[in-house]
Amino acid sequence: MAAKPKLHYFRGRGRMESVRWLLAAAGVEFEEEFLETREQYEKLQKDGRLLFGQVPLVEIDGMELTQTRAILSYLAAKYNLYGKDLKERVRIDMYTDGTLDLMMMVAVGAFKPPAEKEETIASAVKSAKTRYFPVFEKILKDHGEDFLVGNKFSWADIQLLEAILLVEELDASVLSDFPLLKAFKTRISNIPTIKKFLQPGSQRKPPPDSHYVAVVREILQF
Amino acid sequence: MELWSLLWGGGGCSLLGPPSSAGRSVPAFKQLAQPRSWPAGAEQRRSQDFLGNQETAIMAGKPTLHYFDGRGRMEAIRWLLAAAGVEFEEKYIATPEDLDKLRNDGRLMFGQVPMVEIDGMELVQTRAILNYIASKHNLYGKDLKERALIDMYIEGMADLNEMIIIFPIHPPGEKEAKLALIKEKTTNRYFPAFEKVLKSHGQDYLVGNRLSRADIHLVELIYNAEELLPGVTASFPLLKALKTRISNLPNVKKFLQPGSQRKPPMNPKSLEQAKKIFRLP
Repeated sequence: MAAKPKLHYFRGRGRMESVRWLLAAAGVEFEEEFLETREQYEKLQKDGRLLFGQVPLVEIDGMELTQTRAILSYLAAKYNLYGKDLKERVRIDMYTDGTLDLMMMVAVGAFKPPAEKEETIASAVKSAKTRYFPVFEKILKDHGEDFLVGNKFSWADIQLLEAILLVEELDASVLSDFPLLKAFKTRISNIPTIKKFLQPGSQRKPPPDSHYVAVVREILQF
Repeated sequence: MELWSLLWGGGGCSLLGPPSSAGRSVPAFKQLAQPRSWPAGAEQRRSQDFLGNQETAIMAGKPTLHYFDGRGRMEAIRWLLAAAGVEFEEKYIATPEDLDKLRNDGRLMFGQVPMVEIDGMELVQTRAILNYIASKHNLYGKDLKERALIDMYIEGMADLNEMIIIFPIHPPGEKEAKLALIKEKTTNRYFPAFEKVLKSHGQDYLVGNRLSRADIHLVELIYNAEELLPGVTASFPLLKALKTRISNLPNVKKFLQPGSQRKPPMNPKSLEQAKKIFRLP
């Protein structure tokens, strides 16, 4: 039996959370090794396991993969969540790249000084409401299907749900003008693997708090 | 930094100086006085207010690139298409109104460029576009594992390239520090990683003993880094050899010659132009 994928990261969302979502949605069990000290991080580097000296790192299928998008693309393809052909795949790429951009806006906010942080959050919420969510609402409206691409559950749906929940944490009313996204959110949340992931006790991580920020700053020394 | 990601997210930059050399066959962006009407169902011909060269491009099946007359985020796409031997057209965004029009016509999914018309689609998001082109032209490895390696390598390249792309936009007071950072990352993180990959297998290409997009993107990156940091490749013999090897591939060689669609680096004048287009102070 194949070994479970193993994730190396801080005990928090950051850039690894999308990977956790994808694995969980695909019903794939995974292990996690949490970086808690500078020494652990330096050891990974010295052992040559981080191609560019950075995490996330995922051990999977005999590879030590780094670079979030490389990891996500591999998993999406491996677990048949990447569309049926090249044209579907490019649409999934467009959508996930957009949502990943949005989520990164939020993620970096946690590391900014208080005044800038508020500004970043506001900007992310605005981007969600004016740039990203209208696009996905329209996509769902135009084809009237349950999933974003090819009438089939894909990485794009997982990532959009993740983004929706992330932004809702910042502004609970963000979906008020997007009825189809509201329905989408309910529908995708009820997929058994995702439902399980959304329950307490899963490997989903909470929003970053000051402790998390402190740990990351200490380990990465910035 | 948000300002600059706005700049780059919303578009690239415009080099509105005269064309770099005579004989460049890039069509200028123009608008017809009156829109044409197209037969129903001519989905691909939505750009009905462009001149004939656009129709020709569509009919010939050439991709059309929508961006500023400059490198920015589109340059990697130009490199890849050129290396794959794919002829392409370009429609330059020359004014804020040009960008507005693309947005108002609903042609930019997230309101941003690059946008590439290809195979009946209007693709946005640089990575999505590059992934599509690479897959279509067999430059993405032979299987999932090779693809994962390629992706890992090119994502690292994209991180460094991002710093280089944005460098010209930093205010003068910040430039020295940013350049030092780029130098540090290039010489301590990225170039060593790729040198090590080439050393580990001793092959002519980064992945699978075969040309892939990883080689193209890396050589582009090497050229970009050398422009900013002359001699930076000196202590990386395998990277130097890769650069020479890839530069000598007929398609790449042609692209590296004057008169190709390769764009020059940004200069203070083109930066000013770009700020105008974005209505930035």
